Amino acid sequence: MSEAREKAIGRTVKKLSVVVVAMFAFVFVVMVPLYDVLCDALGLNGKTSNERYRAVAGEVLTEREVTIQFIAQNNDGMTWGFRPADNVLRVNPGAVNETVFLASNPQPRAMIAQAIPSISPSRAAEYFHKTECFCFNQQPLDGGSSTEMPLQFIVDQGLPADIRTITLSYTLFDVTPDEVSDDQHLAAR
Amino acid sequence: MGDHHHGPAKGITRWLTTTNHKDIGTMYLWFSFAMFLLGGAFAMVIRAELFQPGLQLIEPAFFNQMTTMHGLIMVFGAIMPAFVGLANWMIPLMIGAPDMALPRMNNWSFWILPFAFAILASSFFMEGGAPNFGWTFYAPLSTTYAPPSVTFFIFGVHILGLSSIMGAINIAATVMNMRAPGMTYMKMPLFVWTWFITAYLLIAVMPVLAGAVTMMLMDIHFGTSFFSAAGGGDPVLFQHIFWFFGHPEVYIIILPGFGVVSQVIPTFSRKRLFGYDSMVYATASIAFLSFIVWAHHMYTVGMPVAGELFFMYATMLIAVPTGVKVFNWISTMWRGAMTFETPMLFAIGFVVLFTMGGFTGLMLAIAPADFQYHDSYFVVAHFHYTMVAGAIFSMTCAVYYWLPKWCGRMYNETLGKTQFWVSFVGFNLTFFPQHFVGLAGMPRRIPDYALQFADFNLMSSVGAFIYGASQLLFLYNVVATIVAGEPVEKEQVWEGAEGLEWTVASPAPYHTFTTPPDVK
Repeated sequence: MSEAREKAIGRTVKKLSVVVVAMFAFVFVVMVPLYDVLCDALGLNGKTSNERYRAVAGEVLTEREVTIQFIAQNNDGMTWGFRPADNVLRVNPGAVNETVFLASNPQPRAMIAQAIPSISPSRAAEYFHKTECFCFNQQPLDGGSSTEMPLQFIVDQGLPADIRTITLSYTLFDVTPDEVSDDQHLAAR
Repeated sequence: MGDHHHGPAKGITRWLTTTNHKDIGTMYLWFSFAMFLLGGAFAMVIRAELFQPGLQLIEPAFFNQMTTMHGLIMVFGAIMPAFVGLANWMIPLMIGAPDMALPRMNNWSFWILPFAFAILASSFFMEGGAPNFGWTFYAPLSTTYAPPSVTFFIFGVHILGLSSIMGAINIAATVMNMRAPGMTYMKMPLFVWTWFITAYLLIAVMPVLAGAVTMMLMDIHFGTSFFSAAGGGDPVLFQHIFWFFGHPEVYIIILPGFGVVSQVIPTFSRKRLFGYDSMVYATASIAFLSFIVWAHHMYTVGMPVAGELFFMYATMLIAVPTGVKVFNWISTMWRGAMTFETPMLFAIGFVVLFTMGGFTGLMLAIAPADFQYHDSYFVVAHFHYTMVAGAIFSMTCAVYYWLPKWCGRMYNETLGKTQFWVSFVGFNLTFFPQHFVGLAGMPRRIPDYALQFADFNLMSSVGAFIYGASQLLFLYNVVATIVAGEPVEKEQVWEGAEGLEWTVASPAPYHTFTTPPDVK
């Protein structure tokens, strides 16, 4: 094969290899963030805002009631007790509501947890405003102790009329940064 | 490159160390045929279980492994390597090149394949069994609820993806740099064109597949939550990434088949291909459109109406270039001096049946209607009309068409035609009734079904056994040809054939076009 042709082949291979690497990176650095941005913009997958909602004085629609269901669950390997104090609340759009979730750490050592929220139906996510939520921060807890974690929310007056029930789900993750917990993670798999 | 005057090495080392495009092509073809029989055996198990309602032969858990492995093996083990093998054999011969551009990488990209599938198939013997989440491996079935063997599946997909990417780079580099003087892009045979475009599709989307399985690996073992809603991820994201790969993938499977048929129909119509330029542009349009229609596989996940409409119209747009191709094939046959040798039968069978698969595809593209068809046997019927009658028929067509050139012997025409008709009848008997049971509501991937579907399923199963047997006839015919076929004297095996591959001796010598031919 002539040297010129070998060089040309080398150039082609280099270019195509760049495309391969770029497409692999594309999945991680473009597709995933883009999906999140689109879901945020379109309110698609039930992710609630991680920003505290600045309460604005508004009219409370006393004639309309919405059922709010609360679900609490542990992620794989998480050993805490975790449940809502109220399983169901009936609320008026526009009103400020408060409830608590109960968490207890049965382990003999201090741990830190992070709750990740999700809303169903996903269309309701943009109408569910949290003015105070334990999920905004990590929750440290000493071994053997328990706590009440507050949640304060307002259901927007603009909630579509066909949505009568909203389910708010929290999953609790172990985010304790020491190696003991890593061992536990592995043991739990 | 000093071995131009030598033949192949002797013994097993010839096959292990070969960099010859014909040797590697042959290995790809045999390997893919072995995988085809394996995937076919799984299909026979599936049809045997579905022969009657109720559970007879296998456990539901094993049934799930069968449907999953049937899909994976057929797509990644049978169809894709078969067309890569065909490309290895034919592209250098068609563009007047002495070999592929990267012969050593070519050897490697073949030889990692058997390892990928050994890893994949070994999962049957592992605790929890083989992958059971469907060939589309949707999360969380393939992450949270997957059997432990999913990790082996992921590594298998990584390896076969690597093999595909290397094969595609090799083909693209060959087409771009190895053409004989005078062989301009718009003089290339259509098989070369379709493969050139396929290579670009592969290079663009196989890394996306690798990314998807890498995310699965991280979710399973490293505590990330790409696809887990509990950790702030989203299983629907998996479907988007998968089908962003998956829709171009179905064109990766079918475009080389378009190329084969575009070679064969002119030969046996004794006319030039009608609308060569439009064929090239139609192929390129299909490839482009394949990147913007992926979500038509997921109409029911809960998309905004605007999204459903966009993907619906974009999908229907694909019917335009595909229609151009079908009309061109028919126009090529129009008033041609047609004869109906086995390759031509398979080519015409391809055009008829693939068009039917295309029409059911249009039905599925209608977003509101898809809510009924989704995940039913109608979908199974649709994609088998495109993948079996599309890819497998065109592949069989290609083998009959070029086999005399490969081995210098003519196959048995009667046996070939018999195989075509047995395949044709068996195929339609298998998959045509599936349209009906699908529309009536029979879901796919379930080992049992309601009593009212019993008759059609019995027909499907009988058809599948006939179709399966026809492949053994194919194997016999090919082996008998290689061992004891009538020797072919002429270089031009088919009187109406055009192209550089018909200017070399039959069988094609081990080294061809060491001096480039003159292309007018």
